Amino acid sequence: MTDRDDNALDAQPDDSPAVDVPRVEGDDNHWLTRPSTIRLLWIGLSIVLAITVLLQFFIKVKGYFGVDGWFGFGAVFGFACCVAMVLVAKVLGVVLKRSEDYYDD
Amino acid sequence: MIDGTMPPALFLLAGALLIGLTRGHVRTAVLFLAPVATLWAVWQVPDGVAATAQFLGYQIEPVEGSAVRRLFASIFSIMAFTGGLFAFRQARWYELSAAYAYAAGAVGVCFAGDLITLFLFWELMAIFSTVVVWCGGSPAARAAGIRYAIMHLLGGVILKVGIEGVVVHTGSTDIQPLLATNFDTWMILIGILINAAAPPVSAWLADAYPASSPTGSVFLSAFTTKSAVLALILLFPGEPMLIWVGLYMIFYGIIYALLENDARRILAYSIVNQVGFMVVAIGIGTELAINGAAAHAFAHIIYKALLFMSAGVVIYRTGVTRCSDLGGLFRTMPLTTICGIIGALAISSFPLTSGFTTKTLISVAAEQQGLVLVYFALAAASAGVFLHAGIKFPWFVFFQKDSGMRPKDAPWNMGAAMVFFAFLCIFIGVYPEPLWALVPYPVEYEAYAPGKVLFYVQLWLFSGLAFFLLLPLMKRTLTISLDTDWIWRVVLARSGLWLLQVLQVLGDQLGAVGESVRQGGGARLGRLLGSAGALGRTWQIGTTALWIAILLTGYVLLYYL
Repeated sequence: MTDRDDNALDAQPDDSPAVDVPRVEGDDNHWLTRPSTIRLLWIGLSIVLAITVLLQFFIKVKGYFGVDGWFGFGAVFGFACCVAMVLVAKVLGVVLKRSEDYYDD
Repeated sequence: MIDGTMPPALFLLAGALLIGLTRGHVRTAVLFLAPVATLWAVWQVPDGVAATAQFLGYQIEPVEGSAVRRLFASIFSIMAFTGGLFAFRQARWYELSAAYAYAAGAVGVCFAGDLITLFLFWELMAIFSTVVVWCGGSPAARAAGIRYAIMHLLGGVILKVGIEGVVVHTGSTDIQPLLATNFDTWMILIGILINAAAPPVSAWLADAYPASSPTGSVFLSAFTTKSAVLALILLFPGEPMLIWVGLYMIFYGIIYALLENDARRILAYSIVNQVGFMVVAIGIGTELAINGAAAHAFAHIIYKALLFMSAGVVIYRTGVTRCSDLGGLFRTMPLTTICGIIGALAISSFPLTSGFTTKTLISVAAEQQGLVLVYFALAAASAGVFLHAGIKFPWFVFFQKDSGMRPKDAPWNMGAAMVFFAFLCIFIGVYPEPLWALVPYPVEYEAYAPGKVLFYVQLWLFSGLAFFLLLPLMKRTLTISLDTDWIWRVVLARSGLWLLQVLQVLGDQLGAVGESVRQGGGARLGRLLGSAGALGRTWQIGTTALWIAILLTGYVLLYYL
């Protein structure tokens, strides 16, 4: 599908446009997807994670309710909540998931 | 006639009409000028009642100004402008016209000084948003549009029942803070909450919005739920029940978005999630909380539209909406990827984006009221938003694996609209003072206290770590998730079909009787009851659904009259 120009407002696109997408086969070995880059990204992320926790030695986090001022509370709380939510979703998925054409028949 | 200030909504409504009457460059000019004129008109509205009129024997107030009303009307106008820019070269003219009429309804709700005006503009939104859903064009969009229309017409009836009750019992049509203490006010509250996608009917949102066109969903994401948020601010500030309704919406949105495979459905569920934050804030009800709800709605409309725009470009360019079929698009769509990521960071309320300055207002409001549980639930939800919208959406759409697709980046007008909203996301995050000038109460708030920033950065980065460690658990499946709409899409539909079969058997037998009567001379009866007659033939499901809706509406009305 090509861009239409300004005066093409009156053109009536099809109900379900068949979109022609250029495709490539095989791995193009983009620098961002190379294993070596991904390794570097993990190392970088780990360092940043460590710094954000260690920074708490220098910046006081005000605990409104006590516990939220503890050392590394944000990190532990964020991580634990996400694990809990993913697991809850996983369990609910067993009950709730249906095939995509469930409502079609 | 209306005495006083002209309702700003009329500019957009006139624009909607002119879009249909004009062609070419004139139409383009109308598309851009109508929202600008509306924005201008919004800022001409003074505080207090600015226009009155007579309607069905009632004194109504079509225009009443206040800070929070102007804030919502401003962002609705900006949204109409940017949505128009995003869509004007790709969308059909009638979709644009319907979208502008829909936006006019939302602006009209903003300035409604009485319940009758509110209801009229409420229904205007319901009608034209349905048309926008239908513009999706596919059979699925038509079916979803009908379900959407039934839901909103029922919601409208409930709202109307409440409004009439209040008018009859108090004699006042004024919009003023209420508490859900009697039947009338409960009906109004329920009617508004249906539009806010509150439980138990949240499912309508993720059902209808993703069925619309790539451009239509951008408009749909903004108006209905946020005008409901404004109505709650005006009518039910400090209603404690809203805190729990909002918390449910927050976690409902996160869990369902985590289960979802369709890119736009993920975004649709995160609308429910974000509106949940606003509903919690309205339930808290302090000045700080109301500021938070209003500011968050303003920021949310921008980043949510931005996210729907990036998803819209992807669908426009690839025709694919399933995460399992997408991936690796960052190679050829850098602009769309960057704008999508900025929107994702803003919805996750990352520091230096609009979401951080507005969402933390709500957390501070909870903390000041000593609501420990709410405070920690909001913090957990912040982590969850980063999980389902902040990382999951851009990861599965733009990165993940190489889908092999190499689509072109956004057309210039779509790109321009995205860049404008991406700029606003960061601008409000870095320099929130202009937004603080719009909110209803004075703001004394330091958004970037170092300790608070550090706490949230820890929270989000470790959520990100959790996402990538748990990726194997989040493998996309070709599934949908059951929701409460199962009750009406399966149980009610099957009961209806069964009833139809019974009626058909009865009709056939009556038809046979009719045939014999006709042979005896009763031709008219035979035509009515025969296999091709109005009572005897097979009805389509759509017709049946319509009749069920009409009967239900009639029943509800009769019951309460």
